[in-house]
Amino acid sequence: MLAPILVICALAIVVWVVGAPLRGGPRAADEEVVAERERLEAAREAKYREIRELELDHRTGKLSDEDFRALDRQLRGEAVVIQRELDRLD
Amino acid sequence: MDPARKRTVRLVVALTAAVLLVGALAVTSFSASSEARTPKQLADAQPGERYQLTGRVQKGTYVRRGDLHTFRIQERTGGVSVPVSYRGSVPDPFREGREVIVTVTKDASGTFVGERDSLITKCPSKFTKDQQS
Amino acid sequence: MAVLGRALIYLALAVAVYGIVAALVGARRGRADLVESARRSVYALAGLTVAAFAILEIAFLRSDFSFSVVASHSSTTTPPFYQATAAWSSQEGSLLLWLLMLSLWSSLVLFLTRRHLRDVVPYATAVLLGFAAFFAALLAFFESPFAQVAVAPPEGAGLNPLLRHPSMMIHPPMLYSGYTLFAIPFAFGVAALIRRRVDADWIAATRRFALAAWLFLGAGIILGARWSYAELGWGGYWAWDPVENASLLPWLTGTAFIHSIMLQEKRGMLKMWNASLVLATGTLCILGTFLVRSGILDSIHAFGASTLGVPFIALIAVMVAGSIALVVSRRDALRSEHRLDSLLSREAMFVANNLVLVGLAFVVFWGTFFPLIAEALTGERQTLGPPWFDRYTVPLALVLVLLSGIGPVIAWRRATWRNARRAFLVPVASGLVTAAACLAFGLGESPFSVVMFALGAFVIGTVAQEFWRGAGARRAMAGEAPPRAVVTLVRRNRRRYGGYIVHLGVALLFMGVAASSAFQDERDVRMSPGDRTRIGDYTVTFAKSTADIELRGGRLENIKFGARLVVERDGGETFTTVTERRYFPSMNPALGPIGRFFEGEATSEIGLQAGLLRDFWAAYQPDQESIRAVVDRLDERMEGKPADQQVRAMANLTAFLRDRPPPATFRLIASPLVSWIWIGSLVVFSGGLLALWPAPDAARRRATARAAARVAQDLSRA
Repeated sequence: MLAPILVICALAIVVWVVGAPLRGGPRAADEEVVAERERLEAAREAKYREIRELELDHRTGKLSDEDFRALDRQLRGEAVVIQRELDRLD
Repeated sequence: MDPARKRTVRLVVALTAAVLLVGALAVTSFSASSEARTPKQLADAQPGERYQLTGRVQKGTYVRRGDLHTFRIQERTGGVSVPVSYRGSVPDPFREGREVIVTVTKDASGTFVGERDSLITKCPSKFTKDQQS
Repeated sequence: MAVLGRALIYLALAVAVYGIVAALVGARRGRADLVESARRSVYALAGLTVAAFAILEIAFLRSDFSFSVVASHSSTTTPPFYQATAAWSSQEGSLLLWLLMLSLWSSLVLFLTRRHLRDVVPYATAVLLGFAAFFAALLAFFESPFAQVAVAPPEGAGLNPLLRHPSMMIHPPMLYSGYTLFAIPFAFGVAALIRRRVDADWIAATRRFALAAWLFLGAGIILGARWSYAELGWGGYWAWDPVENASLLPWLTGTAFIHSIMLQEKRGMLKMWNASLVLATGTLCILGTFLVRSGILDSIHAFGASTLGVPFIALIAVMVAGSIALVVSRRDALRSEHRLDSLLSREAMFVANNLVLVGLAFVVFWGTFFPLIAEALTGERQTLGPPWFDRYTVPLALVLVLLSGIGPVIAWRRATWRNARRAFLVPVASGLVTAAACLAFGLGESPFSVVMFALGAFVIGTVAQEFWRGAGARRAMAGEAPPRAVVTLVRRNRRRYGGYIVHLGVALLFMGVAASSAFQDERDVRMSPGDRTRIGDYTVTFAKSTADIELRGGRLENIKFGARLVVERDGGETFTTVTERRYFPSMNPALGPIGRFFEGEATSEIGLQAGLLRDFWAAYQPDQESIRAVVDRLDERMEGKPADQQVRAMANLTAFLRDRPPPATFRLIASPLVSWIWIGSLVVFSGGLLALWPAPDAARRRATARAAARVAQDLSRA
């Protein structure tokens, strides 16, 4: 006797939880800008990580000075480009 | 050598290595393998050839003398059975009536001699409903 | 309650199907509310599955034998821990556990990405719910854990005593965690491909899940190996059994994936390779799940054909076809941004590492499925044994260890000869010194082991050097004293140093494998009490025969026959170890009350003395024939007698046999460095955990601040 009541309760909870966003009415999506921002931010984080690791590699003797300077400048240049695009979004 | 050519060379080398590996695998696997057979199919077994024999241990046939185990292996559904003699580790689930796999070679007397430590017993109880096999 | 459980499963299936539709429609029509609703369906699914699993567990713990699975896998005499874990020793319970884990991880990843990746997440949701719907459908229509028996039996069949070991009970949840966690990167990979958004973000979102999957799957595999070594009577830890291999395959491709995504994150390379790898890994996980239950391959784990074969094969076919279609149709989006600059570079080492791992996976795959391949090509089933596998995996493993040493030390993009010389001097020296030492100690009879040890020393050398130089760099950059420098170094570079620790663990593990395979001493010997024999550098005396019964709740649970061995190592310590065989009764009512103990399951208790440098291993197998006559007579006398009389009779029997022990065969093994395998695995696990651990936000901000400042400087100058 208890079981059917519990089943109905479960069904009600599920419908309520799952249906909540639909009751708020459909919204227009402006994902494109948000998606682009996320992409750029992820790229910037990755670039920073690369710069840091390059420095660590250089300091632990895995890169010669000229190689490091050239690559570091290149990476920082790429980071600047990303930052500029991010600024343009604002 | 310009970069594009270098890349082509590397690609060709890598692909050749891959083809060679696959070729080696294929060739050696056919020569190193042992045929899987059931007792019925061992009627035309060649002496000296290795076979992977699958079947049930026939009830009432298991005898152990020291580290020599002799038993008969029967078709899963009953019927034809062949004699097997085996030395080596016997897995914990081994029982008469259970399905086993063992690598054997036919000897002159017609008995199938099991390769050492090649006896495997199929676990009977996990994932099947009945416990009484 | 079983009815409620059934209903919850049907509800779960319905929610999953709704979620798929909502996610897809929401994605196509740009309806964020539908996508949000789909996300909530995953949460709801998790809740429903937790509830269903709880019902099942409660039934097991209460020994509710009206549940068919409880009756066939548990009993009132099973200890509580094993009653709880028996839930997943059944086909139905294990499928429910799979679904539970899938829904929990899916909820987690969707919660973490609720505001990101908005164009990719809906499709990933649909894929994950697709898997969930598949398993829910299996549970609803084919293998229900909530099936009931018409009349509840008074006692259950009990858990197979072979499974009564903590490792064996944790092994399935670990494996399932691994399999289900790999579903996350698979789903996001599929979604990214569908949307042609194959740059770094989908990887960044799922990287931790891939690493966690790899960790759990590896743990499950090692637990299985450890159980095999410590509990089974054959003394080995790996048999190249099809089901073992099936869990190894996604682990190998997963390892390759973890490495190659680093390359995509850094250099935008290997995009198509990564996409293919992650799709292959997910497919191999489903294949592994399927293989255990299918019975299509002869294996110690294969439990006979089941009804689930066809649905699984259909799912795998869909996954393979879909993956190929996706990758091929998106190949222009998957072009690499950069190419390999030089073969002497870390990129090249990563590529080589991937090739070796995929090569290994291919070898294992070929060997495992060879019976089916041969049958398709020649009409006859052929099988391959461990020697064939070893022939190919051993050289590949050696190359893998070598690469794991070179990779961390060599620089990105290109390494100069001068650099390389400076970097490799110490590690190569340690490798050569180790090789020389091995040869001096007479280990030259196994060249493979000498090479593995030399390579292991090489890897350890590179890891130590990396820590040393990294600490030195921190001293130069921040003026920290050495101990603190190491700590902050590791804290700020968890992925890198966690990875180094993993390589260290792998080197230890392989050295253990090499030594224990090449220099093992194994013998089968018949002994009677008082006999003495030699194995390796141990002298073993069969001191005493033991026989005993174990009672639980006044009833006979098992009887044990064993041997106490006194073992003396040359020039070293003496210890005592006991090895036994335990006999559990069969439930077959046709058997006699005493005799049924010898027709049920038997387990071996291994007399194991594990040490840092060597293991002593002993297993005992008494001759049952000699006691058969006694047992048969006892059966006749005890037929129909009350339980306590049977217990007394059994106690008398064991006392009798203690004085007149049956002849027995012992398997004795003296094996060096086996413990290094388990220690190495622990090191790998810790390293992986470290790499997985997220840095607290403050530390992350501090770490990026300098780089950001320099870039800002450049920006203002420009």
